[in-house]
Formats: sequence, C-alpha cells, structure tokens
Amino acid sequence: MGKEGRSWTLRLAGLLAPVTVWLGLFFLVPLLFILAYSFGTSGVYGGITLGFNPSNYLKVFDPLYLEIIIRTFVIALLNTFLCLLIGYPLAYFITFKGGRHKHTLILLVMIPFWTSLLLRAYAWVVILGGDNGIANRVLQFLHITDHPLTLIFTPQAVMMGMVYSYLPFMILPLYAALEKFDWRLKEAAQDLGASRWHTFWRVTFPLSMPGVIAGSILVFIPSAGEFVIPNLLGGARTMMVGNLIQQQFLSARDWAFGSALAVMLAVLLVGAIMFYVRRVGAEKLEEV
Amino acid sequence: MAGEKRISRGDFLKVVGAGAVAGSTLSVLACQPNTTAQSSGGGGGGPEEKALNFYNWGDYVAKSTIPDFEKQTGIKVTQDFYGSNEELLAKLQAGGTGYDVIVPSDYMISIMIKSDILEPLDMSKIPNFKNVGDNYKGLPYDPKNEYSVPYQWGTTGILYNKKVLGTLEPSWDPMWDPANKGKIGMLNDERETPGAALYKLGYSVNTTNKEQLDEAEAELKKQKPLLRGYFDSTQNRPSVVNGDLLLGHVFSGDAFLALSQDEDLYYIIPKPAATRWTDNMAIPKGAEHPDNAHKFINYILGAKTGAELSNYTYYNTPNEAALPMIDDALKNLPGYQLGPSVFERLQIIQDVGKATREYSTLFTAVKSA
Repeated sequence: MGKEGRSWTLRLAGLLAPVTVWLGLFFLVPLLFILAYSFGTSGVYGGITLGFNPSNYLKVFDPLYLEIIIRTFVIALLNTFLCLLIGYPLAYFITFKGGRHKHTLILLVMIPFWTSLLLRAYAWVVILGGDNGIANRVLQFLHITDHPLTLIFTPQAVMMGMVYSYLPFMILPLYAALEKFDWRLKEAAQDLGASRWHTFWRVTFPLSMPGVIAGSILVFIPSAGEFVIPNLLGGARTMMVGNLIQQQFLSARDWAFGSALAVMLAVLLVGAIMFYVRRVGAEKLEEV
Repeated sequence: MAGEKRISRGDFLKVVGAGAVAGSTLSVLACQPNTTAQSSGGGGGGPEEKALNFYNWGDYVAKSTIPDFEKQTGIKVTQDFYGSNEELLAKLQAGGTGYDVIVPSDYMISIMIKSDILEPLDMSKIPNFKNVGDNYKGLPYDPKNEYSVPYQWGTTGILYNKKVLGTLEPSWDPMWDPANKGKIGMLNDERETPGAALYKLGYSVNTTNKEQLDEAEAELKKQKPLLRGYFDSTQNRPSVVNGDLLLGHVFSGDAFLALSQDEDLYYIIPKPAATRWTDNMAIPKGAEHPDNAHKFINYILGAKTGAELSNYTYYNTPNEAALPMIDDALKNLPGYQLGPSVFERLQIIQDVGKATREYSTLFTAVKSA
C-alpha cells in the first residue's frame, strides 16, 4: 500500500480537481448563496440583508403559495406519467422492431434538441393560435370540427406543450435500458408457457426499470421547474412555482422569498425522488 | 408601466432577464468593490473618449437617430437592449455595467433615485430641455427633473375590433362583459392589470388601501373566466389584428401600429381613468462618459430627432418643438392627440414602496384562482 496508494490518491485528486472546482464554484457556491438569501430580509428595492429570518419559509405555507406548489407537482407528475405512457411503446418499438432503422429513428427523437425550446414553444403558438391558425384550418379541412376550437391558452395546451418538450428525455433512457435487454430471456419465458402479456409484465418491464426510473426523474425535475410553457402556451392563466420564483426575483423584488421558494422546491424534489427510487426503484431492482 | 414595449421577443428577453438576475445575484458580492471604484470615475477631468454606451428597450429608437448622432459628433454609440424595467434595475444593482444612458419608466426612476444609482443631470448641458412640454416636466417621480428627462410617453388603453363590436364608449366595462368571453386579453403586468380594476372601481392606481385592493382582486377574479389570458402588449396587438381577440389591453404605441394597418380597429382610453406612462433618459452612477451622455440626451430632445423618434415608435412625444413634424397619419389616429378632458383623467403609476409586494400577491392570487 503506502507509497503506491498515495500516488494513486494523488492521481485521482488530479483527475477530480477540474470537476470539483467547476461544480464547487458554479454549483455549490450559488446554491449556498440561495440558501443564505432564503434566510435574509429583502430590501424594498431588491437586494438583501443577510441574517436569520425564517419568515420567508413560513410564507411558503400560505395557502395561496401552497396551492401553486401542489399544482406544480400535480402537473409535473401528470407530465411524467403521460411521457411514460407515450414514450414506452415508442422506445419498445424502436428497440425491438426498428431493425436497421433503429439509429435513424433514435436520431429523429433527438432532432428537436437541435433548436431551442423557446423557439419550438413559439412555433406551437403559431400552430395552435388563431381561429384561422394552422391547426384550426387543418381540423376544419378534415371535417373534424365545423367551427374553430380554442386550442391554445388552456391548461390542456400547457400539458401538451410539456409532454412535447420532455418526451425525448423519457424515450432516450428507456431505449438505452431496452437495448441491453437479452432476447433469450423473452424466448425462455415464452418457452415456459408465459403469454406475451405475462412475458412483458414479468420479464421485459421489470428489466427496463432502470430506464423507467431514469426517464421519470429526467422528466419530473425539469417539469417541476418549468416556467416558459405556462406563460407561452397557457396565456399566463396558470402559475407554476417557476413563474412564482421569477416574479419574486423581478417584479416583486423579494429575493429572500424567491430564494426560500427555490430551496423548498429543491428539498421537495429531492424528497420525492428519494421516495420514488426507494419505493419503486430499489424493490423492483432487487426482484430482478 | 411600459412593460414590454415593441419587443416581439418579449418573453425571450424575460427569460434572459431571469437568467441575468440569477447571474447578478452571484456577482453582487464579487462586484461590490468594483462598483465603488467605478462610481468615482464619473466626474473625472480631461476630454472623454469618443464613446457612449446606450442601454435601451428593444426596437425603441429610430433607424437614423444613432448614425446621425455619430456623424455629427464623432462619438461611437454602442447599443444594448433590455426587456423590462426590473431587468434594467437588476443589472444596475449588480454594478459595473458601463452604461451611460438608460431609459427607465416613471416608477422605476423613483426607485432608482431612492436606491441612489442615478447621476444628477447638468441641465446647462441640455439646453433642448426647453422643448419639453409643461405636461411632461416635473412629474411626481422626479419633481424637479434633477435626474431624468422624458424620452417618449403614452397611454395604456383598449385596442378593439370596431367592425364586430361597433363603437364602444370609453369605459373598462367591455373588458368585463360576458358577451366578449374568451376574446379579451389583459396585460400580464402586476400594476397595469390590477390598475385597470382599480380605475374601474374609481380608485387610485397607486392605492395602498387594503379594502380597495381586495375589491380590485375580487373584480379581477370575476373577470378571469372571460379572458383568453394575460399577455404582453406586443402579443395582444397581433391577436386583435388577426381576430383571436376582440379586445386587447395594450400600450398606445401598439394600438397605433395596429390602427395604422387596419381601419376596422379602434383605440379607447377608458373612463373614469387610465394610465399615462413616461419613459425617461437618465445617467446611471459610474457612467464613464457623462459628457457624451449629456450631449446625447440633448440631441434626442432636439425637434427633428424627437419627431423622427415618435414617427418610428408610434408613441407620443413629450417634445413640443417636434409636434409639427409628427406624421399626419399618426397624428390623426384616435387617441394620439388628447384633449384636456382626456388628459386629466390619466394617472401615473408610481412606486408604492413595500406595497409593491401587495400588488404582486394580489396578481398571483388572481392568476392562480
């Protein structure tokens, strides 16, 4: 051990130094700032006096804000569920039926990332908006409806926009998990008399669980912090925590409360994810 | 509260703004010593470098204005843009921006004066201030024009489809009329929209009276089911033009732009009251080119430049010498030239200090209702 161990430690330290400095400076320090701010007192015109002022956290429990937090989590959960519902069959199809087009199909899933989410959200405003907008004209042309429908600035439009934006984050980890799936297990199950349905639920799905967990987390976290889509596609009629935090930092100039909200959101997210991984993840993984 | 002006990228800038705030929060501590060091640079002697940093709203200056100024003076102007007063404030508070001339709205001027981040103006270097009409001087946010001079002004009213709705009386009632359900767009603005409810109820737009604010909140909650949503003025304008909305809560410049394109539209400044806002030029503390900044401000207040500006932005000019040169087509639009009876019912949104947060909470409660 002795000398060799030390040189190995040094090498490891050398390798980890860049990421430690980077994350420390640009992740940990800002996070600590927000934590410190959340106990401060906001100046009337922005800025903050540091101290220990827990009232920012008490304010989070005001029914007005609590309702927004609960709504945010409901929307994020629903979004995660819908992405899984739509994404799973697609990932399954690409993996098992994609054949030689598999890589092309996965590339197609990634194409939306080539443009900014903001631009794509504006594109949806153009498509869905207007009695004479593209979507309404197509629907009327196909005789699906005989009068223009209200397609935008509704909670449904927000939901659609969220599923649209986050679906790739679900499909990619699912694909990665299913890719590794050993076909022979499926054949073995069927040889032993399991029906297709049975094979899927008892063999394929449990084995893809790491992908389900990773996808769910990747979708859930950013959707809980979403604030662009509710404004652009929801007509700002529905507020999510992200909008509330933005408002506190800009127009309300209450940085302390905004920070407290951000800390609460982070704590709730960590809690929800630990609960999820423990309950769903670990058990399922152990079963396998 | 001239929220978003003519920026079609309003929301983009908002997002960038949010990012900027996040960034500036970090840099507050880092930049502190820097800021103090820079603020002493303002009064330094010697001739200034031929440069000027102009920080303005997006698309809010005529195309010829800056090149002409550069030609006349040899001063090279660098422009940068912001999307909201709050974004501007956050940037200046973070310090070390290097901007020489900024264009905050009225209530923001008083916040900046109270926060001690504006340089007093030297009026001897701005002789063209004489061109500014009496109605636009000495306003409550800077009663002696010690820190600011007006750039453009306008009103906040209702742009509507006259072809469908016929001629409307100037009133806030159509914005609460169930007959227009789903065809009304209000501003996504914590002062203007509660303000509309306060006006409708006959209260001051700057009230801090709890009962009056509660009444306004109830009024807005009543209105919400009738709305298509809360938008920027620049979003309400095209929606009224393309028929998505019958009525849009807009800034006058957006209204005039729409009116000049479509004769079926009309603009009203509702009774009993509506907002009149002013954007102003000011010099932030620590500006590195204060002499050039004064030259630039004086140039903007010139008669010809003032007219060019308004002919481009479609907003009103505070510059009386410029009035004769305003395009007739613009001048004759409804609501552009205001008679004394209309002018008198206009109110100025002022900074309400701590009560700002009451307005935030009120609007949050309405939006999440």
